[in-house]
Amino acid sequence: MFALELVLTESWYLVLAAMLFSIGAAGLMIRRNLLVMFMCVELMLNAVNLSFVAFARGLDDVGGQAVVFFVLVVAAAEVVVGLGIIVAIMRRRQGSTADDISLMRG
Amino acid sequence: MELVWLIPALPVAGFLLLLAVGRKLDEPFAGVIGTLAVAGSFLVSCVVALDLMSQPEEKRQFVQTLWVWMPVGSFHVDFGFLLDPLSITMCLFITGIGALIHLYSIGYMKGDPAFGKFFMYLNLFVASMLLLVLGQNLLVTFLGWEGVGACSYWLISFWFDDKANATAGKKAFVTNRIGDCGFMLGTFLVWVTIGSIDYVEIGRSAGAVVGATATAVALLFFLAATGKSAQLPLFVWLPDAMAGPTPVSALIHAATMVTSGVFLLSRLSPIMEHAGWANDVIAWVGAATALLAAGAAVAQNDIKKVLAYSTVSQLGFMFIAIGSYNYTGAIFHMITHAFFKALLFLGAGSVILAMAHEQDMRRYGNLRKYIPVTFVTVGIGWLAISGIPPFAGFWSKDEILAGAWAVDGYGPALWAVGFVTAILTAFYMTRLMIMTFFGGVENWRNPELLADAEPEVPLGADADAVEGADGTGAEATLAHAATATDTHDDHHAHDEHHGLTPDHTPVESPTTMLVPLIVLAGLALIGGLLNLPFSHRLHFLKEWIHPVIVGEHELPEAAVLWVLAIVAITGAVVGIFFAYRVYQQRKVDPAKLEKPVLAHAWYIDDTYAAVVGGPGEAAFQGAADFDAGIVDGAVLGVAHGTDAAAKVLKPVQSGIVRTYAAGVAIGTVALAVFVIMRMGF
Repeated sequence: MFALELVLTESWYLVLAAMLFSIGAAGLMIRRNLLVMFMCVELMLNAVNLSFVAFARGLDDVGGQAVVFFVLVVAAAEVVVGLGIIVAIMRRRQGSTADDISLMRG
Repeated sequence: MELVWLIPALPVAGFLLLLAVGRKLDEPFAGVIGTLAVAGSFLVSCVVALDLMSQPEEKRQFVQTLWVWMPVGSFHVDFGFLLDPLSITMCLFITGIGALIHLYSIGYMKGDPAFGKFFMYLNLFVASMLLLVLGQNLLVTFLGWEGVGACSYWLISFWFDDKANATAGKKAFVTNRIGDCGFMLGTFLVWVTIGSIDYVEIGRSAGAVVGATATAVALLFFLAATGKSAQLPLFVWLPDAMAGPTPVSALIHAATMVTSGVFLLSRLSPIMEHAGWANDVIAWVGAATALLAAGAAVAQNDIKKVLAYSTVSQLGFMFIAIGSYNYTGAIFHMITHAFFKALLFLGAGSVILAMAHEQDMRRYGNLRKYIPVTFVTVGIGWLAISGIPPFAGFWSKDEILAGAWAVDGYGPALWAVGFVTAILTAFYMTRLMIMTFFGGVENWRNPELLADAEPEVPLGADADAVEGADGTGAEATLAHAATATDTHDDHHAHDEHHGLTPDHTPVESPTTMLVPLIVLAGLALIGGLLNLPFSHRLHFLKEWIHPVIVGEHELPEAAVLWVLAIVAITGAVVGIFFAYRVYQQRKVDPAKLEKPVLAHAWYIDDTYAAVVGGPGEAAFQGAADFDAGIVDGAVLGVAHGTDAAAKVLKPVQSGIVRTYAAGVAIGTVALAVFVIMRMGF
């Protein structure tokens, strides 16, 4: 029986994190819907979290995991604020996209 | 002695009261309040002075600190008063003469629409002057110094609707600022050297100020004195200051403020002792000023201008005394001069009032018949300033000349300059007396003389030459001439002579004006008693201020004094006799003596005007252009550059979030690539 030796080293996790981050970054730049952009940001955050955990495991340093908790907490706060802003914008102008909200352009 | 704060506080109170209600008061009351405030101050000064006299000599120094003014690190200035024989002497004659002049002003300023304002300024002036002399340190003195300067400015241009008066005030103010630079720099230098600006501390540690530093301090404070006390080269403002009301000329520009330079240098005698050649400079500047101003006084036709140049000249005498370490002589002359010059100015004011505000002596003559009290009192002032014994001026002037004689090296030369000045003084004062009170001809009855309305031109002088000089002259060279009759319609015109008609009959002034004249005449008569030279026991003033003064030189021995005194009396008599020959007997044509160069005070003022108005103005314009072009240009250039850069960079801020995100991503990638490359992965 041909058995596939599949050893999950931390590199796999890092590659996965890089892929998730890239998807998130591309989404942020391509999509115009505010809510989707917001989800992309979350995706990037969690990609970074994943890489932290992977490094913590690989380097045997619990500090990486500790950082993740901070990121989670900050991300939760950010979601609260961000969603509040998005809801406020949606109430004012129906179906607007991120590009329409450009009052601060130079 | 604890009452010393009351001395300046009373005039301040008078000032505040007049500031609050002065406008609403009926005419005499504002004057009464002002007079009472200063008279009260005089009474307090007397009480304090008696208290001080009852103390033993070494205890005659009392410092009263009212509050801490500036506690800045190790720099610590108190607001307080230093009471000692010098300051109380000053207080006595400032408040005494000040009260008399306030009383006189009630009569002189009668009918002026700004009657209350006048007394408000006068009270503020007296308060500032008292602050100046009572100050416990250089900064309090400086406060008073600036205060009297400001009051002088307001009072010179009191009738400011005549442009010439306003200009004269400005000129006095600006000229004094030059001197004030010296005061400030001197204060800084004292602070840096000694670490304190208290007079007591300066007296204690003056030994630490030696050589070049002491010379520099002395010269800086002398610069301050040349401004305030109208010495060369800054004397030009004082003759113009005669634009003010005559009581102001008497109080500020003759008796008190202009002597503050002499006071300041006497106060700093511990430093002056070490100042070396600075004292020679002071003595010679004083001598030159005395001589030049006396020369200029010979050719003035405005009665107040004669007295103004005479004041400059007498102040020069005081600086001769300071420069020859003869502080007692300087202060003695300061006091007697305050008596007789205030008397002469007030007398001149009385004459001017009697002659319908005419100031040109060529339109006077024979006035002794009409205003006998004024004539007698001014006559006493004339004898006093001419140096005829036993009048006050003789004793003090003689002491200064004796002190000058005793100076090492050039003493006799210094004495000779003073002696010539004394002869000139007797001459021009006799000229004033004869033109005003004698002469036998009542010149204002001559319609031709009245019509000739150019008092600045000396009698019989080449009018063209003078007019040419006038063209280059400063606009501030006061023409009291009838150039501004139209501006004066709303109140009685003080500088005009439109009231003087051929049928005018001079009337003696009211009692409020005659009382001060009589009191001052008495003082001018007996003022010499303060410091008679005959015996040490008669040196009251010298013994009195001796504890305050450091490094005073002794006068020559008695035999020399006698000879010098006899020579001086002879000189004075010669001066009077010569003037009698010229102006009474008309043996010599006055025009030969009254040269235009004298009438224009050696063209010093005109030269300033030409220099400042020509190259000076060009230089100032250059500085202004530099400021507008280079300094402002640099600032504006930065602003314009920023603006231009902003225009270029503005589109980057597109307002589209996704673009920013792309920018961040690209930047991050670029940074990552850079780091990886550099770290050699």
